[in-house]
Amino acid sequence: MLDRKLLRDLGQIKSQAFAIALVMAAGVAMFIMALSALFSLSGSQRDYYVRYRFAEIFATAKRVPLNLVARLEEIPGVARVYPRIVAQVSLDVPGMNEPAMGRFISVPDHVRPALNDLYLIRGRMLDPDRPQEVLASKSFVEAHQLELGSTIRGIINGKQQDLTVVGVALTPEYIIQIQPGSLLPDHRRFGVFWMNERQMAAAFEMSGAFNDVSFLMERGANEQRVIGHIDRLLEPYGCTGAYGRAQQTSHAYISDEIRQLSTMALIAPTIFLGVAAFLLNVVLARVVGLQREQIAALKAFGYSKSAIGWHYLKMVLLIALVGAVLGTLFGYWLARGLTRIYSELYQFPTFEVMMPPRVVLGALTVSFAAASLGALAAVRRAVSLPPAEAMRPEPPPKYGPTLIERIGLARFVPQIARMILRQIERKPIKSLTAILGVAMSVAILMLGSFSLDAIRYIINFQFRLAQRQQVTVSFVEPTSSTARFDLQQLPGVTQVQPFRAVATNIRHGHRWRRVAVMGLDGEGEMFRLLNIDEQPFVLPEEGIVLNDKLAQILGVTLGESVTLSVLEGSRPIRDLIVTGIITEYGGVNAYMNRRALQRLMNESELISGAFLGTEADVEPSLFARLKQIPQVGGVMLKRAMLQSFEDTIAENILMMRTFNILFSIVIAVGVVYNSARISLAEQSRELATLRVIGFTQYEVSLILLGELAILTFAAIPLGWLIGYGLAAILVTGLDTEIYRIPLIIERTTYGFAALVVVVASGLSGWVVLQRIRQLDLIAVLKTRE
Amino acid sequence: MPASFQPPTTSNEAPPVFKAQGVTKVYQMGDVKVEALRGIDLELHAGEFIVLLGASGSGKSTLLNILGGLDTPTSGHVFYRNQELTAWSDAELTRFRRSNVGFVFQFYNLIPSLTALENVALITEISEAPMDPGEALELVNMHHRRDHFPAQLSGGEQQRVAIARAIAKRPAVLLCDEPTGALDVSTGILVLEAIQRVNRELGTTTAVITHNAVIAKMSHRVVHLSDGRVHSIEQNPVQVSPSELKW
Repeated sequence: MLDRKLLRDLGQIKSQAFAIALVMAAGVAMFIMALSALFSLSGSQRDYYVRYRFAEIFATAKRVPLNLVARLEEIPGVARVYPRIVAQVSLDVPGMNEPAMGRFISVPDHVRPALNDLYLIRGRMLDPDRPQEVLASKSFVEAHQLELGSTIRGIINGKQQDLTVVGVALTPEYIIQIQPGSLLPDHRRFGVFWMNERQMAAAFEMSGAFNDVSFLMERGANEQRVIGHIDRLLEPYGCTGAYGRAQQTSHAYISDEIRQLSTMALIAPTIFLGVAAFLLNVVLARVVGLQREQIAALKAFGYSKSAIGWHYLKMVLLIALVGAVLGTLFGYWLARGLTRIYSELYQFPTFEVMMPPRVVLGALTVSFAAASLGALAAVRRAVSLPPAEAMRPEPPPKYGPTLIERIGLARFVPQIARMILRQIERKPIKSLTAILGVAMSVAILMLGSFSLDAIRYIINFQFRLAQRQQVTVSFVEPTSSTARFDLQQLPGVTQVQPFRAVATNIRHGHRWRRVAVMGLDGEGEMFRLLNIDEQPFVLPEEGIVLNDKLAQILGVTLGESVTLSVLEGSRPIRDLIVTGIITEYGGVNAYMNRRALQRLMNESELISGAFLGTEADVEPSLFARLKQIPQVGGVMLKRAMLQSFEDTIAENILMMRTFNILFSIVIAVGVVYNSARISLAEQSRELATLRVIGFTQYEVSLILLGELAILTFAAIPLGWLIGYGLAAILVTGLDTEIYRIPLIIERTTYGFAALVVVVASGLSGWVVLQRIRQLDLIAVLKTRE
Repeated sequence: MPASFQPPTTSNEAPPVFKAQGVTKVYQMGDVKVEALRGIDLELHAGEFIVLLGASGSGKSTLLNILGGLDTPTSGHVFYRNQELTAWSDAELTRFRRSNVGFVFQFYNLIPSLTALENVALITEISEAPMDPGEALELVNMHHRRDHFPAQLSGGEQQRVAIARAIAKRPAVLLCDEPTGALDVSTGILVLEAIQRVNRELGTTTAVITHNAVIAKMSHRVVHLSDGRVHSIEQNPVQVSPSELKW
């Protein structure tokens, strides 16, 4: 029978209960989405790594004789060594003006690769007797809509060669395919290819040798020690330093994503469930207050305290259950959406939404826990009420003058405003929590929108102010600087800024990083270094300039010295003074004056490539010419890079922003609507009295709206503050070597967050106002509170 | 107190303050129809103090609510100073209550978040020619507790504040619904004295509904209601002072 009462009581507060369930559902949905994506991603990753033998240590060198493999295998802690040939190949793909870049990887005849195995999606493995066959990565094939048997033209070691795609494959090494030097994947311009080992050895003059090697370690082996051994053995062969998975691009990206998901799985549900718990507390306290007599009667009839406690607890658990079920369904739907984005970005053999029962169970547990926590105070009050006292109505609420009046401003405050202020001040905790709730909604909106501000800022900073070139050309091998004049002659080229890039280790104390130092001419016209204020930084004649992230990693400040070990040529080692620290939002980079770098390398005028300024409309003919220059190993088009950057990020951000808006509206409406309903319920007698003694509908509405308005407007600046803080935390969390996000929040973002919350509050207020019309004026005269 | 006080107007020179003609009220309570009023004809004159006497369910509250513009009759007409009240819109009724009617309720209905003085000021702020809130409190002998909140006042004190609130705007009529219903005899008498004083000193037309026949002795006229009809009307030639009442 009590259960029937429960359902009817819930029916009385159904719209409030539903609003709370929605807030809860939003939290559960975020929880489910983040955890499900986390499990899918880390599960698929782990599974893929094991089944396709993803290596643990990687090293590249110029040319290592195959007989060194045996010595590498003897290194203590090394379980497996897999040598191979890897080369960068410029590709001419039908339907594309600019050349694409292919990363060509050798595959042994007749056997599977020992490490970094392939997963063949379509077609067949390579026939060792057909030299022109290749396997291509799925994303590249899809981006170009290639078929099995399609031909592409590659410039292999300076010679043009037609290649036939016989299979489409994936590898754990390139779950995300990012071209070296790029920030985001561009599947049209970068692909991974596999080619017969013998064929590659012949084409790249690597017979009896290799230039890339992967390792698997024994269980419990020390990675740093193994890397030390490898470096010592490979150094004479032009090795630029071995590195572990943490520095392997694809792995690092996915690990970052997994880290972010676990942060999200923790923070977002905490906010939403916290707000829901607060709302449940407020609503249940009201219900218990109204049902004092009923509780007393039940106790008088002999219902035990626990039976009554359980009765009210069940009420909130039922709301939580609705929230959890809705949230789980919505979360599953969100997770599917996220998985779709992931499966475009990350290439796994199989990638499905994983929703293990424990995730759902976890969601149910946390929402029940939050609901119980919220209900605790109210339930305790119901249980501890002695029957005789409960039979009497609640004592009249006590009020006092508010702070504003106490400090002597009373005469400026009209009576209605006093009612509002005293109502708010009488329940300071409730009012503050409501303000905090609405503030959270503002903060969530800011989080959703600020990333767009930051991305716009980065794009402008990195691609418009710093990198003003249209095209970046890199040579296969360092080339005489006279090549710049050849580049100058190409159609449409207006400016040429040469650069020299050298692989190095930069060390400061015990900290070090593998960095390509870029030698630039003192005053670059196109590729410019900028300081934090976006002002151009003139490269000093001497010393080395680091970007801020690298300086932070090395723990080095201006004027200190770092040790530079060059990993190519004569491998000189020099101490250099840090003569500048510049701002960049991607990668870790170091810069030197080109002449100083030349002197350090003790080499003649060599350049690794050049930045080109072009006239916009001549690109096709320029690309046609570039494709035919054998020395050109890579061509990067800034416009394309920008496009892929915007495409990838825009989709993600748009999705996040939409849900952020949705979720924060849910919170704002949940909090404001419930606050307004409770206020209306608590003050209905007074409001009706005012109506009776001649106050108009509008004047009475002011009392209710005034309270909402004060709560909302107090919440907005607080929300801005919290939003700024959360954004700062987020920015710190996203601060990786791959990219950094500046804490840039535009005024429009503050305005937008405030606007959405004001509109949501206004709407909830309006809905509640409709109930003022239905106030029963006559009943009020006859009943005692 | 002069025991032979006569109502200022008993003739037909001025229009009556209220005039009810054939007023009926039927409430639909679920499937049951309740006929609260079954054809009431009644006039109230300026400055008059009348008591509507009847058992519970006799229709007296319904009649008072209709006169005060809180409720509308099912049929019949009510005129306020020759204007048809029953033809007014909700907004017009609100305006009518705001400027012409003072209400006193059985359970006082003070605003708990406002002090005694502020409760009165709440009304004077929206009135055209109100008295000073302090003056209104003085009239009901509550000036000394002007800064107390309702939770700090006894029932009788709250009711006196409620009367001060009702009359502070100098209403034409004062409608009191069981004003002593929740009070003991001695505090009830204080409240009734306040009401009588308002009627005499301000000339406010006053209607009090009660089921307590003793109270009727202080009025000019007693209207007996039963079963939704006016059963009888009697004139009181002499008004008894509240302090002489006993129940």
